[in-house]
This record gives sequence, structure tokens and C-alpha cells, in this order.
Amino acid sequence: MILSEADISTLWLTLRLASVVTLILLLIGTPLAWWLSQTSSRLKAPISALVSLPLVLPPTVIGFYLLLAMGPNGWLGQLTQSIGLGTLPFTFWGLVVASVFYSLPFVVQPIQNAMEAMGSRPLEVAATLRAGPVDRFFTVTLPLARPGFLTAAVLGFAHTLGEFGVVLMIGGNIPNETRVVSVQIYDHVESLNYAQAHSLAGLMVATSFVILLTLYLLQARGKAVPSLVGSKR
Amino acid sequence: MSLRPILTMLLLSIASASQAEQVYVAVAANFSAPMKQLAELFEQQTGHQVHISAGASGKLFAQIQQGAPFQLFFSADQTKPATLESLGLTVPDSRFTYAIGTLALWTPTPGLEMTAATLKTAEFNHLALANPKLAPYGSAAIVVLDQLNLVRQTQRKWVMGENISQTYQFVSTGNAEFGFVSLSQILFNGKVKEGSVWVVPQHMYPEIRQDAVLLKSAAQHPAANDFLAFIRSADGAGVIQQYGYITPE
Repeated sequence: MILSEADISTLWLTLRLASVVTLILLLIGTPLAWWLSQTSSRLKAPISALVSLPLVLPPTVIGFYLLLAMGPNGWLGQLTQSIGLGTLPFTFWGLVVASVFYSLPFVVQPIQNAMEAMGSRPLEVAATLRAGPVDRFFTVTLPLARPGFLTAAVLGFAHTLGEFGVVLMIGGNIPNETRVVSVQIYDHVESLNYAQAHSLAGLMVATSFVILLTLYLLQARGKAVPSLVGSKR
Repeated sequence: MSLRPILTMLLLSIASASQAEQVYVAVAANFSAPMKQLAELFEQQTGHQVHISAGASGKLFAQIQQGAPFQLFFSADQTKPATLESLGLTVPDSRFTYAIGTLALWTPTPGLEMTAATLKTAEFNHLALANPKLAPYGSAAIVVLDQLNLVRQTQRKWVMGENISQTYQFVSTGNAEFGFVSLSQILFNGKVKEGSVWVVPQHMYPEIRQDAVLLKSAAQHPAANDFLAFIRSADGAGVIQQYGYITPE
């Protein structure tokens, strides 16, 4: 293993990105998953499709549109400029916004599955015991859907760790700001430093394997839920 | 209606298809536009088909090492073709310089009077350049900035594309106000397509010599050899120069 100082700083940056993104995704994903699990609105199908888009779109497509939208002439760019934030490409927070969108289905779907698997019965019982909607959400839904949250957090984190195409398109390869591990590996490969590429790439494979292994072990013990839509227990 | 004319046509088309050969070319991102035009002219003249794969030279180099099915490799530098040669993956003595690149400082904003002083006086948040570790245009840009004593002043504004195409993309989408790109990317029919440009004088940076090689699989491939000969011809050189490259000799 030969990891240079630059390699290590990309590792820290990537961990920081994945942590921030996971936290934000849990905050956004929970109400979204809750709404999707309860609603019979006609908007359910289009919203579900939108949330799942990053599963099927190539990252370059997402990256390209984000680059245009976040740029000084894009709608998102004009919005961020008008509230004094400047433009998002080439910044850490630009990567955060992109990753939130990119990893959204990996967080929303497990939580939604867990909430749907729970059924309406526990909530009805709680209602007969005079628990209000907010009370029911925090004391019944959240604890019962906990396996879904575990799966969601693990997948959201792991997926953000491995993000590459989107970051390449909007990152600009700035040390300590947007140069994440996957970009650093790409640079090593491109500049023919295969030995250094191996160290980082091997580390990525091992880390991702351990994370997923943990998840599947937890699933086998019933502490986490399977992740794909429709694959309910 | 008799079947004969249809049969004749069918036979003719099979006959002509068997004469047309397929040429697979790997080309550095900065040369993809002229390569397309060269391929079109060659196809018109000969009936052969040219398939172009454009990308970062380093990626193409790795793919060729692993047996990618290209007959020709047009790199953005000299080291990668030379390395392939020393690995015995090329047709001996086929390596040559097909173009010498020109560096340009470009902005999509039209009507700017641009000079060497532009970066000292203009206000901007981002300056795009190709990653100097990966792309010769990137390292040339650093040399130019160094000569202008601008490295320290601008370093915090650098955003780096993995190749010269991505660098162009950062500027053309307005995310970076200025960028060091290849003149070939902003020229069309010998004129600047849009925006304003400062063509960096050749003496300010080491020559960006771009080499090509015939890969081993092309030894028994007449069409690939013909295509290479076409590119080295006066017609080929004319196309290459139209895109702002200098051709050797």
C-alpha cells in the first residue's frame, strides 16, 4: 500500500461528502418516503419515477444537466446567485447537491418499503389509543421502519462513496474541495501510475465490500430491509 | 416485374460492401473535430469506413495495452505512442508527428480585446485548464501562467478538466469565465466560432507535438495504411491546418 498525502486528503474529502450527503438524504428522504407510502394521489407515480431516475440515467447525463442548471445562466445558478451563494459547480456544496439528487432513490426506496411493509394496522391501533398524527409518526412509524432507515443510510453512504461521473462533470478536480477518491484513481490511471491507482482502488473495493457485507448480514438477521422496490419481505 | 434487376442490385451491393474496409481509429479528444473531417473525405474518396473513438489519450493508451481493436492511435502527446512502440505494440517505424497544437485563452464573451495582460486585469472567478498531469495543453498552460507571473495569483481560481474537451465544456457553459483550450476547438473553417480569444504565441510554451502510430493489428490492413498516407498528404495537412494546428515540415 502506497498512499500519498494527496491520496489521503481525497479519502477524507470523500468520507466527509458521503457523511454530509447521507445526513441530508435521511432528512429529505424520510418525509418523501412517508408521503409516497401513504398517498393515493395521482402524483405518486410521477414523483416515484422522478426519484428513481438516477437509477437508470447515466451519470454523465445527470452531470451535464447539473453543470448547465447550476451554471451562471442556469435556473439553479441564477437562484443561488440571487441569494448570494455564487454558483455551485467546482465547490464542495455543489457536489453535495448533486450527490443528494444522485443517491436519492437509494435512500427513499428502502424507507418507503419499510413503511409500506408495516401496513396501516399499527397506526390504526395507535389512533384508537388517542395518539395524534405527529405522535404516531414518531412513536410508531419511525421505530417500526428502523430496518429501512439502516438500509437507506448504508446504501446512500456507499453509493456516494463510489460516485464518479457526476463529480467529474461538475467538480473541476480541486484538491480538498472536489477531488474525491474516484477522481484521484482516474487521474492515477490516466497518468499511467497504475501502482498508486491499485492502492486506492483496492481500498475502495475492500471498503465497499465490507459495507455491503454488513448490510446483508443485518438483512439476514432482520435488522435491515432489502433495498429494491417491490422486494418486500 | 422480373426479379433480375433486384438480384443484380443485391449482388452489386454485396460486392461493394466486401471491398469497403473498416478502419478503427483511437484519437485524442483535442483532435476529434479534424479527425472527423479527415475521415469523411477519406470515406468519400475510397469507400472505406472509418470508426473514430475519441477520448483522453491516457485512457486510450490503457485500452490499447489491453488489446483494444484499434489500428491507429493519434495521441495528444509523444510519450504514449513512444511507450507503445517500446512495448512492441506498434508497426516499427510508423510513429510520426501529425500535428503541433496551439494553445488559446478563450472566453465565450464576444468583443473582448484579449492580450497577455487580460488575466491580470480582467475580473473572473474561475480559470479552466486541462489537468497538467494528464494533458499537454494543461502543462503548457501552466508554463504560460508561470511566464506571466500569474501562477500564484490565479491558482485558487483554477478548475481542471480531465482533458481538453472537458476544459472547453467548463468555459462554453459559462461556469468558468476563461479557459486555456486548444485553438482547434474554437475554430471552424479557419475562423473563431464564438467569443474572444488570445492565441498564445508559440514561443511561450514548449511545442505540443502530437504523435500517431500504426498499431500492430494494422500491419496487414491496407485501408489503415491508406488512411495514414492520406493524413500525411497535402490534402490531409490542409484540413489539419484549418483547425489551427501546425503540421511538421
